[in-house]
Amino acid sequence: MSAATVAYPAETDVADASAEAREDAPPGSFTITLIIRRFIPEIDEEPRWEDFDVNVFPTDRILDALHKIKWEQDGSLTFRRSCAHGICGSDAMRINGRNRLACKTLIKDLDPSKPIYVEAIKGLPLEKDLVVDMEPFFESYRQIQPFLQASGTPDRERHQTVEARARFDDTTKCILCAACTSSCPVFWTDGQYFGPAAIVNAHRFIFDDRDEASQVRLDILNDKEGVWRCRTTFNCSDACPRGIEVTKAIAEVKQAVLRGRA
Amino acid sequence: MWSWVLHRITGVGIYFFLLVHILDTALVRVSPEAYNAVIAQYKNPIMGLGELALVAAIGFHALNGLRIILIDFTGFGTRHQKAMFYIVLALWVVLLLGFAPRHLMHVFGGA
Repeated sequence: MSAATVAYPAETDVADASAEAREDAPPGSFTITLIIRRFIPEIDEEPRWEDFDVNVFPTDRILDALHKIKWEQDGSLTFRRSCAHGICGSDAMRINGRNRLACKTLIKDLDPSKPIYVEAIKGLPLEKDLVVDMEPFFESYRQIQPFLQASGTPDRERHQTVEARARFDDTTKCILCAACTSSCPVFWTDGQYFGPAAIVNAHRFIFDDRDEASQVRLDILNDKEGVWRCRTTFNCSDACPRGIEVTKAIAEVKQAVLRGRA
Repeated sequence: MWSWVLHRITGVGIYFFLLVHILDTALVRVSPEAYNAVIAQYKNPIMGLGELALVAAIGFHALNGLRIILIDFTGFGTRHQKAMFYIVLALWVVLLLGFAPRHLMHVFGGA
């Protein structure tokens, strides 16, 4: 289908500029340049930047662009994705210097006239291209005991007031994508730090009045590498694709540690 | 993030100033003449600009420190941290506008 036969209006100025670049490009689409930080351990000693031109619609996501590259240009491009709809938390990456989910970042929300830089999240060991080793991240997560601990076996559901539920509502939204933890400059230099995501998930249970192990978690986080490592840079709050007020949650845990109770 | 970066840089800078400051002040125990000789060395334009940088660093560190206290100890602090950062910058500029012209007149003459 050629652009001339269908009279769709061009969606943006960029679309006009790149229409001549690809004869077979669907109307409304345009070409963007993705500069991706590649690292293939069998070939590369150091990560290198490689650029790809890819034809996209403004409403496409970065993940769609990555798919097009992998399916049509270079099958060796490696990245994680699972649900592709912002729920599984697999495709957090650093896009134009900011941690985001590739599946929630629309091309039109970036500046498509400039190259878009895509690299793996920082602070975790790089395995290949956009894939990092998430094990240190999940190890911190496991350490804060992210599960309900309540005594007794009730014969009905555990009741909770609306107010009590609201205390930890924000932190229930975490999808464990690591965008926050890998945006934290403290975590970049100190891999021992629990990191924002682990503290957020601790917060979710510390302030749950059905849970009986709040004190245990407060003791775990009352550590040199616990909440006190947080320097309130707010990178985590800016990075969270779920809009969790991460630094606020960390501050609440800090205050709970000082008070000695949730 | 930039508030934190500035806070770090000014903090480390102030630390090194304090090291020198304690050493030169302690000189008065060695002899008042030695102390006077060292302090006299400071009276040149380069040190004058250094003093301006020192006051700027301490001013920012102090104001941003208050902001961090509000973030750590109040419920509203984290939500308004950006606005508070701009308030810190505004107060900082006002303080420096009061200090810098007068100080520079002392250093470079014209007072």
